[in-house]
Amino acid sequence: MTGSNRPLSPHLQIYRPQLTSVLSITHRATGVALAAGTLLFSWWLLAAASGSGAFALVQDVMGSWPGMIVLVGFTWALFYHLCNGIRHLFWDAGRGLEIETAYRSGWATVAASAGLTVVAWAVGLSA
Amino acid sequence: MATFTLPRNSRITAGTSHAAAAEARQPRRFRIYRYDPDSGENPRLDSYEIDLDDCGPMVLDALIKIKNEVDSGLTFRRSCREGICGSCSMNIDGTNTLACLKPIDEIRGDVRIYPLPHMEVIKDLVTDLTAAYAQLASVEPWLKTSTPPPAGEERRQSIEERERLDGLWECVLCFSCSTACPSYWWSGDRYLGPAVLLQAYRWIADSRDESTGERLDALEDPFRLYRCHTIMNCTKTCPKGLNPARAIAEIKKLMVARR
Repeated sequence: MTGSNRPLSPHLQIYRPQLTSVLSITHRATGVALAAGTLLFSWWLLAAASGSGAFALVQDVMGSWPGMIVLVGFTWALFYHLCNGIRHLFWDAGRGLEIETAYRSGWATVAASAGLTVVAWAVGLSA
Repeated sequence: MATFTLPRNSRITAGTSHAAAAEARQPRRFRIYRYDPDSGENPRLDSYEIDLDDCGPMVLDALIKIKNEVDSGLTFRRSCREGICGSCSMNIDGTNTLACLKPIDEIRGDVRIYPLPHMEVIKDLVTDLTAAYAQLASVEPWLKTSTPPPAGEERRQSIEERERLDGLWECVLCFSCSTACPSYWWSGDRYLGPAVLLQAYRWIADSRDESTGERLDALEDPFRLYRCHTIMNCTKTCPKGLNPARAIAEIKKLMVARR
């Protein structure tokens, strides 16, 4: 240990993205997105409590195309975080830690979060 | 605090190219990280074309061929060439593995070779493992007992007790797993990392060891153990097919069970 000018070897720059790491960072990103999305939700509730003008504004923003895209993203983030959270519960119980199983549960999480998002919006839009 | 970019002195520059001989029947390009501590220059990526028709099947064979025939300065660790010594761990084609166990024909395109990720580089593919070995020593990887052994006998294990060590004792300490772990990249000064935690569990799981409680006490820490977020890059990359993620999960379970 010389404390010299030794370089740090490359890491993120060269490590191959794979299902293990990509789903993990997505879990964290969706967690952050959910925290931000909760602020949007609070805005909606506050607006509902403060009057029809404020509420109409929120409805307009949320009902616009960009607003809808954000809401779809929020819905997917919620379902992804939920499904992957269940995956983490199994891991914490010591189950499903073989790579093959982790890959199967990983793809299942991706599929389930997408499917649940579609179902939630189909139900929500038709109601 | 995690820094996602490389420090200024670590950015990789373009290096030199060595073309294959004209008569090469099966030329293949290897792009290899080089760092010369005496030059004062940044690391660079050199490329070497070699004839696979005249080379062994593994990446280590190619490295040795390059060192023998093209560039004797190329520096890397190797010894047993059969996956037992753990010396030739490096990042090949984007994942960590042992060069001696990695067939060249599993790789598409240029073969890219870097040192183990997010480590101090001593020279070329040789990283400083001093801190990792100190972490290993910190888990006291040996049998610790308070009772004397049975007179004139060794400490016995049942077949089942011995089987609990399978998948743990085979680790060759190549640190492919720890240096594949983003948590270890960002917190390697305080998080022990999968290789060392697997070793810790190897002694926790040993029926003859009598200091399980102390061992768990030493790991009960927000960083040493709990920086594992079950990313599973460790298990994905282990060249010996071991499962550090499961060993860590078992330690976490024991932590809960003893409350």
